[in-house]
Amino acid sequence: MWFRTPGGDLLLDYIPVLVHFVIVVGLTAALPALHALVGGSRPTPPKMEPYESGVWTIGSTRERVPIRYYLIAMLFILFDIETVFLFPWAVVYRRLGAFGLIEMLVFVGVLGAGLIYAWKRGALEWE
Amino acid sequence: MGTLAAFFILSAVTLIPAVVVVTSKNIVRSALALVPTFFGITGLYILLRAEFVAGIQVLIYAGAITVLILFVIMLTEGGTGIRIRQVNEQVPVGALASAVLAALLIWVFLRTPWPQGPGALPEYTAAQIGTTLLSSMVLVFEVTSLVLLISLIGAIIIARRER
Amino acid sequence: MITVVLVAAVKSVALVVMVLLGFAYATLLERRLLARFQLRYGPNRTGPFGLLQPFADGIKLIFKESFMPATADRLIYWLAPAISMVAALFVYAVIPIGPEIRFFGATVSLYIADVNVGILLVLGASSIGVYGVILGGWSSNNKYALLGCLRSSAQLISYELAIGLAVVSVVLTAGSLSLVDIVNAQQRLWFVALQPVGFLLFFIGALAETNRAPFDLPEAEQELIAGFHTEYGGFKFAMFYVGEYVGIITMSLLVTTLFLGGWHGPLLPGPHWVAVKTFAFMCLFIWIRATMPRVRHDQLMAFGWKVLVPLGLLNVVATAVIVALVGG
Repeated sequence: MWFRTPGGDLLLDYIPVLVHFVIVVGLTAALPALHALVGGSRPTPPKMEPYESGVWTIGSTRERVPIRYYLIAMLFILFDIETVFLFPWAVVYRRLGAFGLIEMLVFVGVLGAGLIYAWKRGALEWE
Repeated sequence: MGTLAAFFILSAVTLIPAVVVVTSKNIVRSALALVPTFFGITGLYILLRAEFVAGIQVLIYAGAITVLILFVIMLTEGGTGIRIRQVNEQVPVGALASAVLAALLIWVFLRTPWPQGPGALPEYTAAQIGTTLLSSMVLVFEVTSLVLLISLIGAIIIARRER
Repeated sequence: MITVVLVAAVKSVALVVMVLLGFAYATLLERRLLARFQLRYGPNRTGPFGLLQPFADGIKLIFKESFMPATADRLIYWLAPAISMVAALFVYAVIPIGPEIRFFGATVSLYIADVNVGILLVLGASSIGVYGVILGGWSSNNKYALLGCLRSSAQLISYELAIGLAVVSVVLTAGSLSLVDIVNAQQRLWFVALQPVGFLLFFIGALAETNRAPFDLPEAEQELIAGFHTEYGGFKFAMFYVGEYVGIITMSLLVTTLFLGGWHGPLLPGPHWVAVKTFAFMCLFIWIRATMPRVRHDQLMAFGWKVLVPLGLLNVVATAVIVALVGG
């Protein structure tokens, strides 16, 4: 393709990505270091209390979280994976024609049924 | 040459956090150490010219699976607060099992006739994967949706029983 | 090889400086515009029109004392804002801000890299950004922060799906995962005309992903103090801020790239069009913040899962059917 890096090797496309990553990480590491250096730190016990609108903290923060967060994360992963399967299909769809459409309809249909099931079982409710 | 160096660096990026995952006393840090491991693997996929798989690795493993693991840890009573021991009295048995598995994998690795020498690298682009997935692998593609459906139903049933 | 690295480094530094300046002035733009919406003046004393305000803020924040709660997880507490900032800045590796241009007789491409799976990297980096929120809220060991972190991570992952499905329909229309290809596919007709539903899905998702009103629950200050970054001050707080405002620029740039034809437009050269369109969307973000009340958390989740996800799936199916009928 015309925009390819000369030489045509795919790895050459990723060297700039890596360079950018290194520069961004370097900058991000430098800023808090500078902050710690010039900002200074004089910790006192009241300053290091967790902020709770001026009252002392009662009990632990490390409590169990409601299970619906697990459910949401699980549903997210499943539909994210579905999206991922749709990407290669979307790229080649024009070449596949009607057969590709039917295959995808079955795939999305099964997961759509899953979404309806989750809906009916109240997994999407957030009381 | 450069590729070989990249391979070793990426292997280190993959393996060192992996050791942290199984040794850290803080379970949240353990889960978090998975992220650089996944990035190392992403780099290895790019070295193998499998860029679509690399993109998926970031999106699904680093982006979604680890979030789920973190949620599950927070879901567990005391899971995030206490310091844990990752080993118990079954260490020798575990070591033996891993040694056997390692030996098996090395044996398979040495026995496999790897294609060597010049030749066109296979293409692992999204288009290639899409074409394969929707022609010769179409059954796998559709079964995947069923697997996802079953996991969805399973997750809902587990979460409901908790109530 | 050396040239590739050098060219990339120069472009990368230039882009990071540009994005950070954009971030600085995005904060000023927001404060000034919000003030105008509320019939105030906004910060206008530091330099002409308050133009030096962002720098004054930056200098103040870096000289602030660095403190953290005694019970915080030190390593993760420091890491969280850094992850947020890196994820926000990293996406610029693959987002094009213009086509190839002639520059002192050499052909320069106005993107750091055009990889074949560019849009996947963008989505991946945005899903990494969620860690900044989860870890920041969890490591502070503060109840408000934890509540904010749980709410916002649930919000971020739910609306990521809407964005993902909108992107699938764009890929379906363009037939490529490369952002440069997607822009070039819009030479004749912008995708906002072909994908109006996808555009809406993406834009709503973008508002939620950047924690903007009406989806600014993570920092619902009336109930959660400041949400996940309650315990963050000084420059660590600023890094979360970089994450949020660079996110707004990124999302505006992505809407431009995916739906508004990127650098295509009459008269002006390409990069100017990208800048104009992106700026318009940033103003829209701020306008919406000035106008819309915040939604409740249950409404937010219900809207994401019961409206946006089904709509996204239907949009993909409808696009596929139309492409099959028209014949591409």
